Amino acid sequence: MPRQLADLTPTNPNRRQGLLAVFHVDLPLLVGVLLLCGFGLVVLYSASGQDLGQVQRQATRLMLALCVMLAVAQLNPTSLRRWSPWIYLVGVVMLIAVLVFGQVGKGAQRWLDLGVLRFQPSELVKLAVPLMIAWYLAEKRLPPSLQRLAVAAALTAVPVLLIAKQPDLGTSLLVASAGIFVLFLAGISWRLIAFLGVTAAAAAPVVWYLMRDYQRQRVLTFLDPEKDPLGAGYHIIQSKIAIGSGGLYGKGWLNGTQSQLDFLPERHTDFIFAVLSEEFGLIGVMTLLALYLFIIARGLYIATRAQDTFTRLLAGSLTLVFFVYLFVNTGMVSGLLPVVGVPLPLVSYGGTSLVTLMAAFGILMSIHTHRRLLPT
Amino acid sequence: MQLKDTIGESQAFLNRAIVAGILVLAAVLVVLYRMVQLQVVDHEHFTTLSRENRVKVVPLPPTRGLIYDSQGVLLAQNRPAYSLEITPEQVDDLDATLAELANIITIDADDIERFWHLKKRKRRFDSVPIRVNLSPDETAQFAVHRHRFPGVDIKAQLLRHYPHDVKTTHVLGYVGRISQRDIEQIDGSNYAGTSHIGKNGVEKTYESALHGAVGLEQIEVNAAGRRVRTLSQTAPEPGVDVHLHLDIRLQEITMQAFEGYNGAAVAINPKNGGILAFVSQPGYDPNLFVEGISTRDYKTLQEDDKRPLYNRALRGQYPPGSTVKPFMGLAGLEQDVVQYDSTVYCPGFFQLPGNSHRYRDWKKVGHGTMDLRDSIVQSCDVFFYKLAYELGIDRLHDYLQEFGFGGRTGIDLTGETTGLLPSREWKRRSRRQPWYPGETLIMGIGQGYFLTTPLQLAAATAAIANNGTFYTPRVVEYLRTRGTGEITPIPKNSRSIPIASPQNWQDVRDGMADVVEGRRGTATKIRSEQYRIAGKTGTAQVFTIAQDAEYDEETIAEKLRDHALFVAYAPIEDPQIAVAVVVENGGSGGAVAAPIARIIMDGYLLRSDAKENTVDES
Repeated sequence: MPRQLADLTPTNPNRRQGLLAVFHVDLPLLVGVLLLCGFGLVVLYSASGQDLGQVQRQATRLMLALCVMLAVAQLNPTSLRRWSPWIYLVGVVMLIAVLVFGQVGKGAQRWLDLGVLRFQPSELVKLAVPLMIAWYLAEKRLPPSLQRLAVAAALTAVPVLLIAKQPDLGTSLLVASAGIFVLFLAGISWRLIAFLGVTAAAAAPVVWYLMRDYQRQRVLTFLDPEKDPLGAGYHIIQSKIAIGSGGLYGKGWLNGTQSQLDFLPERHTDFIFAVLSEEFGLIGVMTLLALYLFIIARGLYIATRAQDTFTRLLAGSLTLVFFVYLFVNTGMVSGLLPVVGVPLPLVSYGGTSLVTLMAAFGILMSIHTHRRLLPT
Repeated sequence: MQLKDTIGESQAFLNRAIVAGILVLAAVLVVLYRMVQLQVVDHEHFTTLSRENRVKVVPLPPTRGLIYDSQGVLLAQNRPAYSLEITPEQVDDLDATLAELANIITIDADDIERFWHLKKRKRRFDSVPIRVNLSPDETAQFAVHRHRFPGVDIKAQLLRHYPHDVKTTHVLGYVGRISQRDIEQIDGSNYAGTSHIGKNGVEKTYESALHGAVGLEQIEVNAAGRRVRTLSQTAPEPGVDVHLHLDIRLQEITMQAFEGYNGAAVAINPKNGGILAFVSQPGYDPNLFVEGISTRDYKTLQEDDKRPLYNRALRGQYPPGSTVKPFMGLAGLEQDVVQYDSTVYCPGFFQLPGNSHRYRDWKKVGHGTMDLRDSIVQSCDVFFYKLAYELGIDRLHDYLQEFGFGGRTGIDLTGETTGLLPSREWKRRSRRQPWYPGETLIMGIGQGYFLTTPLQLAAATAAIANNGTFYTPRVVEYLRTRGTGEITPIPKNSRSIPIASPQNWQDVRDGMADVVEGRRGTATKIRSEQYRIAGKTGTAQVFTIAQDAEYDEETIAEKLRDHALFVAYAPIEDPQIAVAVVVENGGSGGAVAAPIARIIMDGYLLRSDAKENTVDES
């Protein structure tokens, strides 16, 4: 068939052959991400105590991360697929290396010092796990057999446990959800999902019974930090005051008393959402959530339009993990969820998770822009 | 077919993606609902909190429980002390501030080192001490210049103080600043306002009782962080007071008796295991550690030849020497290896059948014909060589174990050592060698591998005195809650040593009585008019003399001189105190250790008499 030749060309010839297409950029996604980052920098300026240096540093990181995104978008999903098992293997080996030789920072072992640069292997694993699980499940027909499900679960559990041991609860949660989303999207039966849910619910009291008193106390504090007003609870109390006092319209940019007077700890990193809520009010929160929803919607659309199982699963999982970041962070800052160290994606100050997130968007763009024409 | 499946899969994926999308929307709505709740519904409430602001939660540390001796004398108290503290967040240039402070108040290198060390563990808005225990002069000096130092303040706190300093160190231990290692073992919230924690001794064992529970205060502060008013308060629960069995006067008498010697003495009440005196000589001043000991002072203590940091009473391991003979004799009687009246001829040495090696008696010319009682009284070695040989290592080991040798007594102090009660199994495990009969012989006179702690010796002696009840030694008698006065006794713990015949025990006790009260005893010098003492002397070799050489005290360096030991209890008719005394390199047990034991027993038993006398006089 003569049309098959056309199918093999990297881009859809019917589309505008603009600069964006040549560089494999998905315009809606790019716009969403840029808007979000811009909003983030504005909030950061206030959250940092109007420290322009900090904003510049973050902007530099954003540029760097955007370059990474562009670079990843150029990769063909087929090569990505071929490399998946190797990326996964490297990631796991490095996680083990971190536990053995790693550097201790803030009480946890997360960094690997490679001489020139310090590297956090758990970030690589955030991508490696969805790649690996999607690769593995896409090998055979879906929905996967029970046996293959078990293997996929084990492939997820290994890095999750290694990261939890560092200990980095937030990241291990994100990695775990990445694996679980692939399984969910691969179509594991509702009956199995229900069964696992019931089993977990039934196991909880047994585990509770086996725990010692002080362990139970820690779990309780974890679940309800306000019981510990001198430790974890302090953050939450202050953060709730910041959010609540913001009201509908907010106190105005740079005018948040909670944020500006230092009552809010970690205000430019994990708790930046509270600064935004205080200064921009519910309106600002809804704007932010709308931006996130737009990006997530675009990601899911890209996933449904993808042309093979691997890219579908991958795109879907990456998008949903992005959502988990958002949900866990906002839930934690507003006191809905326990305190787990997860940043507000693309907004919190810091460069490590930024690069990973942008690389994930790069993958989404690559998937969307390397499609072949198929007769539908 | 392939295509159909692909389409099927694509359709299935679409379904799942839609479900996921719905879940995402639902979750975002939950977050939004929460935000509406906080920002619209409860907006007023949070605005009030935020405007009046600025609620700060401050921990209120509990006051630490006090420690008293058995007579109600205060051994550990809390004294107000002033320290200079810096809040790093409020200081622009820490180095410059430190340098300027040094012009006003003495700040040495140790202070600065400690400051940086502590700063690492605190949050930016917590204050960090730079100098502790300011003198009134220094406090005034700083007050004058205070306006020049924003972020630097004088803080008053209660600091632990041990008025009897060196006399109580090895029992009470001390408190020190909470270290990284401590943090891992405690409930962080409960210690939020606490700076010190028990590091060893009673302070450590009873830490949770002494510490109490933290209180909370919600205060309003202004933007500069200064307190405006208190919103609510949960009072801290002060620590519980601890009352000891120990008598500080007896402790003092005991230390004086040791003048010029190193060693240890432990006195136990045989009726309940209560520790009456617990001395490790020399001691050191625990107050140094409360304020944070300087590197220089610590080095001095550590490099001191007399090893003051070493708790000899609890951790010192000495060969028991002849003090073990009553236990050996009891082992022989109870297992029917000897009879009370069976005799052995002592020519001054003992030989194993078919072996020319002579195991020598301390008395070169020999004791002549000896029965068990004579052998305890005159401390005949040959009798016990033979007894040990006939008992064999296994029975010896098992019986001595009953008296707590080779194991921890379970005293309420941390860091106790086990000593060493050798056995066949132990030797195979640790030396990969079989047990030799000769080793059983020298164990019979408390030498060889056999090691005991002074605490073990005292506890075992108490068990002989009270007819086979082995009490777990206890330093603390009871806890007393301040305010309510509620008393919680520390439970007594005891086990019974099996008794084959009560007469055997009486016979051994009669032998011990004659050591002091008899005509030919080795400790007749310490006989008392007021009460009767039973005991046993011991002299433990620190180094081995060649087969044909003679021990000459004059020519031997002091460090290698024998340890002098004495165990005793009194009064014989109704034992109220059991003691073990070890004098390092003291020479003869009868001459050096026994008089110390006599002073301790006098101090305890004649105290009530003395009191009655004064009453009579007045």
